[in-house]
Amino acid sequence: MEDAGTAPRILTAKQAGLVGCTECGRVHAPGVARCTRCGTRLASRDTASLQRVWAWLFAGLVVYVPANLYPMLRTTLLGKTTESTIFGGVVDLMHHGSYGVAAIVFVASIVIPVSKFIAIGYLALSVQRRVQMSAHKRHLLYEAVEFIGRWSMIDVFVVAILSSLVQLDFAASINPGIAAVSFALSVAFTMISALSFDSRLIWDVDVGVNENE
Amino acid sequence: MSVESPADALDPSKLIACPACDALYTDRDVATGETARCVRCHAVLEAPRRTAMTRIIMLALAALILMVAAIFFPFLELEAAGRIQRASLLDTVQAFSSGLTAPLTFAMAALIVILPVIRFLALIYVLGPMAFGHKPARHAEFFFRLADHLRPWAMAEVFIVGVAVALVKVAGLAHIFIGPAFWAFVALVIVTVLKDNFMSRLTLWKTLERRRAS
Repeated sequence: MEDAGTAPRILTAKQAGLVGCTECGRVHAPGVARCTRCGTRLASRDTASLQRVWAWLFAGLVVYVPANLYPMLRTTLLGKTTESTIFGGVVDLMHHGSYGVAAIVFVASIVIPVSKFIAIGYLALSVQRRVQMSAHKRHLLYEAVEFIGRWSMIDVFVVAILSSLVQLDFAASINPGIAAVSFALSVAFTMISALSFDSRLIWDVDVGVNENE
Repeated sequence: MSVESPADALDPSKLIACPACDALYTDRDVATGETARCVRCHAVLEAPRRTAMTRIIMLALAALILMVAAIFFPFLELEAAGRIQRASLLDTVQAFSSGLTAPLTFAMAALIVILPVIRFLALIYVLGPMAFGHKPARHAEFFFRLADHLRPWAMAEVFIVGVAVALVKVAGLAHIFIGPAFWAFVALVIVTVLKDNFMSRLTLWKTLERRRAS
């Protein structure tokens, strides 16, 4: 919008003593409760944001434990029932030789959730200045977390599709296990955690540091 | 916070703040076809497109029709030992309906069908009257906010990848046929992505405000 050459000197609405709307970008004088354009509740910074981030993150972490310990799928083949956890399902797929799908499930149900827990925690810590991180890196991390979070839901959908499709009585049937619920909850909680994060905080810390110098 | 400093000199109504990072810019008109981005965080600020509103409405309508097709036609068919098992989108949603996993049924229905449909309807409600030159409908602001907030929770495209994974998992077990609803759903995902690319939130909010005032 402005010339890219003047990028380093950026004035934020907070520094100018104004309040920007996070929904529609309208700028207001301080003290206005709701945005006159879109009706969103206004706040210069969401002060309770980090508390909510931590609360939802821990909730997600807690339900992620049973998601891994309890069976995700109960497969009955010719009267014999086997139960498989998330990780067990990945191992099964590799035994069948479908490495590509094993990789997708592994990444979606184990790598993404775990790295999301770490990334959100790290982001919150760095905004609270417990760990060092440049604003630019924080921004990239935040974008990645926002984009990738919902893709963890894949495994829940796979379980649903398999259990509705494979219902051949005695020959073969697949039923969902209780882990599907806790896994879905875990994904939802971490999504709420990431959405609670006030992204304007990402840039505030650096501005403060520069001003002190 | 010093209110005296530049704040008095700046007129809030002539400014725009990046919704993602709070950087201030003077609010000027962006030409049709151009895209204004935040210098600091590169979030799209404004991207006016010619006939964007009509296109968004048409795509939302197309998505609604495709959703109806996706729900009622068979989604996948499985043949094993001479028996055919059909699964529609509704069966998939109901997969968790027995036992302790019952609450997931609601979540599945919401993520795959209900939330996307609410988004489409809300967008049509907000943009429909405006595209035909009328004033925005009552509570249009509320519904536009709703559509925007639901965006991360409408997971149709995640579901499609889930279907692909499930197909490979069962492929060894039985013959799989892909039903018409599957293609309807794939088309739905493509239409949704196209629609969301046309949407520039700030531009639409400004249009909404202008039309409301006039």
